[in-house]
Amino acid sequence: MSARASMLSKLRACAPATAPDMPDVAGYYAGRPASTQAERVERLRAELTASHADVHVVSHAGWAGAVAQLLHAQGVRRLVRQSGAPGDSLARALPPALQASEFGRPLDEWKAELFEQVDAGFTVADCAIAATGTLVHLCGPHMPRTLSLVPPLHVVLIDAERIYATLFEAADGERWAARMPSNLVMLSGPSKTADIQQTLAYGAHGPARLCVFIACEQGEAA
Amino acid sequence: MSKHPMQFVPTADFKERARGALDDDKLRKSFRGAMDFLQAKRRNQFSDEHERESLRDLGSAIRKYALARLPDLLEELESKLTRNGIQVHWAENAEEANAIVLDIMRRNQARRMIKGKSMASEEIELNHYLAEHGMECIESDMGEYIVQLAGEKPSHIVMPAIHKNKADVAKLFEENIPDTPYTEDVDELIQTGRRALRRHFMEADVGLSGVNFAVAETGTLWLIENEGNGRLSTTVPPVHVAIMGMEKVVAKLEHVVPLVSLLTRSATGQAVTTYFNLISSPRRSGELDGPREVHLVLLDNGRSQAYADEQLRSTLQCIRCGACMNHCPVYGRIGGHAYGTTYPGPIGKILSPHLLGLDEAGDLPFASTLCGACSEVCPVRIPIPDLLIRLRNEAKRNPNETVATPLRGQGAKHSAAERVVWQFWSGAFKSPKAWKALRWGATRLRAFTPGAQAGWTQHRTPLKPASRSLHDMLKDRDQPE
Repeated sequence: MSARASMLSKLRACAPATAPDMPDVAGYYAGRPASTQAERVERLRAELTASHADVHVVSHAGWAGAVAQLLHAQGVRRLVRQSGAPGDSLARALPPALQASEFGRPLDEWKAELFEQVDAGFTVADCAIAATGTLVHLCGPHMPRTLSLVPPLHVVLIDAERIYATLFEAADGERWAARMPSNLVMLSGPSKTADIQQTLAYGAHGPARLCVFIACEQGEAA
Repeated sequence: MSKHPMQFVPTADFKERARGALDDDKLRKSFRGAMDFLQAKRRNQFSDEHERESLRDLGSAIRKYALARLPDLLEELESKLTRNGIQVHWAENAEEANAIVLDIMRRNQARRMIKGKSMASEEIELNHYLAEHGMECIESDMGEYIVQLAGEKPSHIVMPAIHKNKADVAKLFEENIPDTPYTEDVDELIQTGRRALRRHFMEADVGLSGVNFAVAETGTLWLIENEGNGRLSTTVPPVHVAIMGMEKVVAKLEHVVPLVSLLTRSATGQAVTTYFNLISSPRRSGELDGPREVHLVLLDNGRSQAYADEQLRSTLQCIRCGACMNHCPVYGRIGGHAYGTTYPGPIGKILSPHLLGLDEAGDLPFASTLCGACSEVCPVRIPIPDLLIRLRNEAKRNPNETVATPLRGQGAKHSAAERVVWQFWSGAFKSPKAWKALRWGATRLRAFTPGAQAGWTQHRTPLKPASRSLHDMLKDRDQPE
């Protein structure tokens, strides 16, 4: 008998005849007070800041300039950006000395380059979760998995309209269960560890710095 | 070598190791500091008692539901993962699981493995096995990397190097990593670890990880971490192998939502960890990175024994947060290594007897004061003290007795003499005449009580019957008994 058949038959032999009712997760999270967009922006900002991220609330017109300023101030020489319209807008706002390219090729062809020469990655979050200060990335053809992970500085743009209050609302509202990408990543701050004597240190294996730009109507122009 | 070449120390020496740990002041200090820190952090996360208790109810119901439907959910998980392009393997024991991983490496002409944190891989002693077959295995979680450099094993399931202080790590790095001067600056130490491991992520042929939750509905592996090493291990190498205990499946994606909240808050007192990594497929056409192959190994290794018994099944509700050990007065004093098992602390005491047998792990259910701190903090309400008592009874049971759901190593702690004492005691209690005779004898013959009473008199004065029984004294005062 195969391991599979043997394991399943052992379990089937003693599994209860009837399962309890399906737990009502939606019911548990129902009836929470609704929040306004301004509240969600503020909560996202506060939680991300508490997790050691730099957060900037900017206007739709001004975000590219603000990101360009930050990259310049950080001394970034080489940036890799997510392909798409926001990345193109950012490229136009960057000073010519700053080399900004799209991810472009399969990682296998330039792994060492990404690990050793790229200073920063720019991505656009699909949505965000205010309660825990979390940015959601749906990885796919236009969102490489490593772009938010390998470069030491990660810059994220998030539209204020796309902020949910909680993880449950995001998963429900975005219908994740029906359309899971190959890799869905939620990130809530720069990489960190407390593995040495419970002392918190940043930049363990992922980005040491996370800069978040929340674009909204009320945001400051750069 | 024994039948369990995987086990790095025999659990049979538990008492001796516990004594050694109690005498180790530095170890005691490391654990006391860590326990206080983790307890306070958890407490801060659960300040609203009503919210905490209702969330625990929900978490417990979700895990119970998943276990009740476990065989169905495993089949659903397998079919959804397969549809998504992830290859599923089934392993009844450690040997099978190790052979599956080795086979995947060989088929890919792989030599180098980078590992994210996985307790299941510790349980099957994968590193040891692969090293014997000429494979290089590097642990990349900072804590795991530290214990690997030291040639040790994790002493905690969430914080593997919890027994080490920064001076230990400073010395270890200075001795083992080229061009590393001694420093106790934790930021510098972490940067040293980061630099040392970077090359391994790039060069590894295979990445291995554990799994926190597997979602049957969508065919998704949900991984939780702070460092980013888990994401690197599952993203950069061309092949990703995940390994998980077969009980970790849940029915619906939404079921993970309350469970992750319970897990991160109970484990490290964080509302959320830095990364939630939800893997549903290998690199798809048009994608520029991610592994080309993803495998999942489903591991039984004794879990089906716990599953077979309705009471013991609740052991498998566990989501591996480690809160039970963080709050355990025994674990806090002897640390993780004294247990000699992959899973230490209260969860280890109720799980290890199924993985190793009561003959190997029979001391562990007795190493408890039954204070109940573990079940009070358990996010999924596992009744740990009840299970400890049950396992004690199974360890004491006559090995030849036939029971409905026999445990491996039944009767490992059986003692005929002890059985006789209990029979005598219960006989004396059952009959008023016998009880009266015993009372009469005990009060008259008290002078013959031995001064040395096994373990009791090691730290206490000997027990001696009183000259008059309570019964007699009440009779004198004309009180009803």
